[in-house]
Amino acid sequence: MTTPLAERLSRLAREHAASAGGARRSGGIPEEPDGRAGPDGRAATARGGAATPAVAILKDTRVLVVRAGDVVVKAHPEGTDEAALTARLRAALALPGVLLPPLTDRVEHVAGRPVTVWPAGEPVEPSDPAAAPWEAAAGLLARLHAVPAAGLALPPSGGPARVPRAVSRLDALDGAYAGPAAVIREAFRTLPVLSGAGGTGPGAGRPAHGDWHLGQIVRYEGEWVLIDVDDLGAGDPAWDLARPAAWFATGLLDPDLWGRFLTAYLDAGGSAVSRADPWRELDAPARALTVQLAATAVAAAGAEGRPLDEVEQALVSSCGRIAHAAVRP
Amino acid sequence: MRCPKCSGNMRTYDRNGVHIEQCENCRGIFLDYGELETLARVESQWSQQHYSSPPPPHGGPAWGAPHHGHRGHRDRGFMGMLFSS
Repeated sequence: MTTPLAERLSRLAREHAASAGGARRSGGIPEEPDGRAGPDGRAATARGGAATPAVAILKDTRVLVVRAGDVVVKAHPEGTDEAALTARLRAALALPGVLLPPLTDRVEHVAGRPVTVWPAGEPVEPSDPAAAPWEAAAGLLARLHAVPAAGLALPPSGGPARVPRAVSRLDALDGAYAGPAAVIREAFRTLPVLSGAGGTGPGAGRPAHGDWHLGQIVRYEGEWVLIDVDDLGAGDPAWDLARPAAWFATGLLDPDLWGRFLTAYLDAGGSAVSRADPWRELDAPARALTVQLAATAVAAAGAEGRPLDEVEQALVSSCGRIAHAAVRP
Repeated sequence: MRCPKCSGNMRTYDRNGVHIEQCENCRGIFLDYGELETLARVESQWSQQHYSSPPPPHGGPAWGAPHHGHRGHRDRGFMGMLFSS
């Protein structure tokens, strides 16, 4: 393993795997991760001996996610609101078939970091977007959005807070990225007030995943379910459609795939947007997600010290149009 | 008015804003000046409505990029973005 924390997480995962025994071995989950196991495609595999399950780092960003056999443990960022995290774990346990249920609603601690423990699922095959389970994902979001929020005691959804956090990452960039950074900041300033609670939208105060993309769905016990409750909360559920909406509006996502996703969401009774005019509800969150995506992408290019690629340029162009559209009468 | 072909009686009809005279005897039709052009214009409007490519089913935002062949479908950068926060 690469770090002491990762090593300790893998030990915790192996303990949970051992205590869970073979009970979940029937879930169709491969015993040996194939090195592609991480939803973000950055798996670093370290195989244990014959007696210990294979260990893989699935994600190493603000969070560290380690898989050992059929168990995945996640170290959350320092400073995580643990009461909110516990409420999110309980909501996941209360919504089986929609959200992956954690193995326990107890938040553990490793090296000062809050840690949650999950069963492993099978991620979406990343090579062919057209073959991704767009309809299944849309159906899951529709079901999540239909749950009465009152019974779940959820904290506010974390989606809107991700936008200023992403934009603040531009501050660390050098002058080579000043042009695109200025465009993104200008678009950011034109956004409507970002309400964490979704206080004003038509879907105010309903359950929202808060950070949905194709890496946030896995197959578990033969069914697709949503994963990652870190931003789950009461908010405007239109935010969960806003990332693919932003991809579509930027010209990145095939309009047919966007149409499949949105149609499936509406056909499943999804209530975040209207069939007659979905962009009435999508426009504001899709602008915000475009700014977030552009800031994240430009910050990533800056961290690697390379020029913007075509996708990053397209996102910055969208930000330019967002700022331009806002100043026109 | 009399039909120029068979001298039968012609009756005036008004169809969708176009005056036509039709012979009650031989069913021949007489068009006034400009009425053929009016018919052609109405026909081309109808075919534009029915045969041009339909707009995207769910619309899009005012600030959206033109979708003249989306760029990123197979782009590695976008493929990664599909799966990451």
